[in-house]
Amino acid sequence: MCSPCRNPERSKVIARLRPIAVAALLAVAANNAEAQQDTAPSAGRGPNEVSVTSLFPNGATPPRPPDAIGRRFEGNKLAIADGELLFNQMNCTGCHFNGGGGMGPALMSGHWRYGGRIEQIYESIAQGRPNGMPSWQFVLGPTQIWDLAAYAKSLSVPAPSAASQTAAPDTSVKP
Amino acid sequence: MPAKNYAATRFSALDEINGANVSNLQVAFAFSTGVDHGQEAAPIVANNTMFIVTPYPNIVFALDLTKPGAPIKWSYQPHPAAASQGVACCDVVNRGATYSDGKLFFNTLDDNTIALDAETGKVIWKTKLGDINTGETITMAPLVVKGKVLVGDSGGELGVRGWLTALDVATGKILWRAYATGPDRDVLIGPGFRSFYPSDNGADLGVTTWPGDAWQTGGGTMWGWIAYDPDLNLIYYGTGNPGPWNQEQRPGDNKWTTTLFARDPDTGEAKWALQYNPHDEHDYDGINEQILVDMNVDGKPRKVLLHPDRNGHLYVVDRESGEIISANPYGYVNSVLGIDLKTGRPVMNPDKLTRVGVVVHDICPTASGLKDWNPSAFSPLTGLMYIPHENLCMDWKSRSVSYIAGTPFVGAEVVSKAGPGGNRGEFTAWDPVERKAVWTIKEDLPLWSGAMATAGGLVFYGTMDGWFKAVDAKTGELKWQFKTGSGIIGQPVAYRGPDGHEYVAILSGVGGWAGAIVAGDLDPRDPTGALGMIGVMADLKTKTAAGGTLYVFALPKS
Repeated sequence: MCSPCRNPERSKVIARLRPIAVAALLAVAANNAEAQQDTAPSAGRGPNEVSVTSLFPNGATPPRPPDAIGRRFEGNKLAIADGELLFNQMNCTGCHFNGGGGMGPALMSGHWRYGGRIEQIYESIAQGRPNGMPSWQFVLGPTQIWDLAAYAKSLSVPAPSAASQTAAPDTSVKP
Repeated sequence: MPAKNYAATRFSALDEINGANVSNLQVAFAFSTGVDHGQEAAPIVANNTMFIVTPYPNIVFALDLTKPGAPIKWSYQPHPAAASQGVACCDVVNRGATYSDGKLFFNTLDDNTIALDAETGKVIWKTKLGDINTGETITMAPLVVKGKVLVGDSGGELGVRGWLTALDVATGKILWRAYATGPDRDVLIGPGFRSFYPSDNGADLGVTTWPGDAWQTGGGTMWGWIAYDPDLNLIYYGTGNPGPWNQEQRPGDNKWTTTLFARDPDTGEAKWALQYNPHDEHDYDGINEQILVDMNVDGKPRKVLLHPDRNGHLYVVDRESGEIISANPYGYVNSVLGIDLKTGRPVMNPDKLTRVGVVVHDICPTASGLKDWNPSAFSPLTGLMYIPHENLCMDWKSRSVSYIAGTPFVGAEVVSKAGPGGNRGEFTAWDPVERKAVWTIKEDLPLWSGAMATAGGLVFYGTMDGWFKAVDAKTGELKWQFKTGSGIIGQPVAYRGPDGHEYVAILSGVGGWAGAIVAGDLDPRDPTGALGMIGVMADLKTKTAAGGTLYVFALPKS
């Protein structure tokens, strides 16, 4: 049973999507179900506590060590692959493209407006952010959001873009 | 109004600044907008006051031109929803305000039209026209015609259904709304509708030229320019691209996207339509300006409109009937082989059509067109049209995409590149009678600024690395240039100051689709970023930085 199907409110939202989206979502859920028997991580919840600041007045306790669930997703190839599928299916690519950004910020630059730890990325996806990032927590389940966070995090590896399709940018067309 | 007049010529009759003295031009004053996104607005001057609108958060400044240094007379902050920034496809731009009868009208990114008292900045009315949760934003400059404020929406990359709406200037009440897709009653097509070409006539084409209910998310937004002919009592405007970009998801002509409409401003009723790019598959919006001129065609005077389309062709259209008199490429084009004057339709190059899963290389022009929104000027003294445009091509791969309200509905991966010759921009002086370029200036970067012509025999435009230029209207010879603080994508204007002298004004501040890499701090390593624009603008961060400053120039006081 996929996690979206357990939540009636979420199912209602998904039902409003076009058929392609619903089919895609179910396909991903099925992938996840299979992967659980292998090594793909799954999660019933998001991170416990996330601060998006690095300021803690009066020497207050800094954030706890990296989230245990997050550590299972970060760098996991299957989670990243599922995250990439979702990244396309949920139209994340229309704003962030292959990491360079557009309507949304770049994800490959290594600079994260709201924190670059995987649990911080999780919360940016789940809660949304004020300058235009939508909140996905009523559409996607925790495993899917962790997958997306794992994929987004993987884009920031400082290497040439993995996904450009064709010509080098400085070429010009011959008439 | 930003376009100077209803004919949208962007021609100023002022001639104090001319070819002989323009080399002495100097800064009279400058003003920081405090907003470092793309400044696409035209400064508007009325009653010795200059009005400017910034990109999001759409702050309006009124500057008192009667005082030294033009201090702030008032300012107004509409506080648009911050989330609206997340559904604006191509930077958070605003193309300016319009003034009429003591009121200033402008739009906010989060879909409000606001009327201010031009003297005090007090809100007279505010009307909400759309919903950012459907992906709708507003970026265009409104136009006032016969007591109505005309406003259109943006969001063609998010499956937004396009419309043009008329609001009462006094109250802000919505008087009519004409959709670009859907049944005739929604498009305001009635018994009086007679298009020139057969394929633009028929019942409910806004539904029947789409599969199923795809017209509901089919785009056709109106974020460009409106012209008005008072004698014919018709407004003219074009609609945007169909959605999604992946053409395989929407077989059919996809009416009325990329369409020129002639409408009665009193009722909104369409008199005729001309679809520039039926079943567009390259993102060739039809929203570019239309300049209304009367000219001789084969010895006979004709009322025409001039429209440089994204598809690379300069349309000369009879503005009474909608007949295309001529349509010629004003730069390098290979995706369209020509415009069939018998049918009104482009003849497409089959090698440059787009398909799912296939990378089609070197499609020219690119998605933003041979020319995008940035408006041309027309000088009645030279009879020439001055077209600031691009010289870009692209590689395109379509893929399937699902509609999820409030998210991008594109379905294509694009990489833009420089066109033949390697120069990414061109400034072309075009003779619409002879149907040919008289001269062309090659520019390294794409031109994203508008043009303005003056009776002083000059034409002004700006470049994306910040040069503001004056060239000879007859020859194109560079007469003067000034390096502003950031790239220029704004609209130059000229006005007579309270001291009786001529001034020229421009907003500097890079951004917009072509400048998104700087305004949005995007990563140059992903050529697909910003809808493929990063592919050809990867070097822009090395040539300019973000900013937002008004510059006003004048001759030295003698």
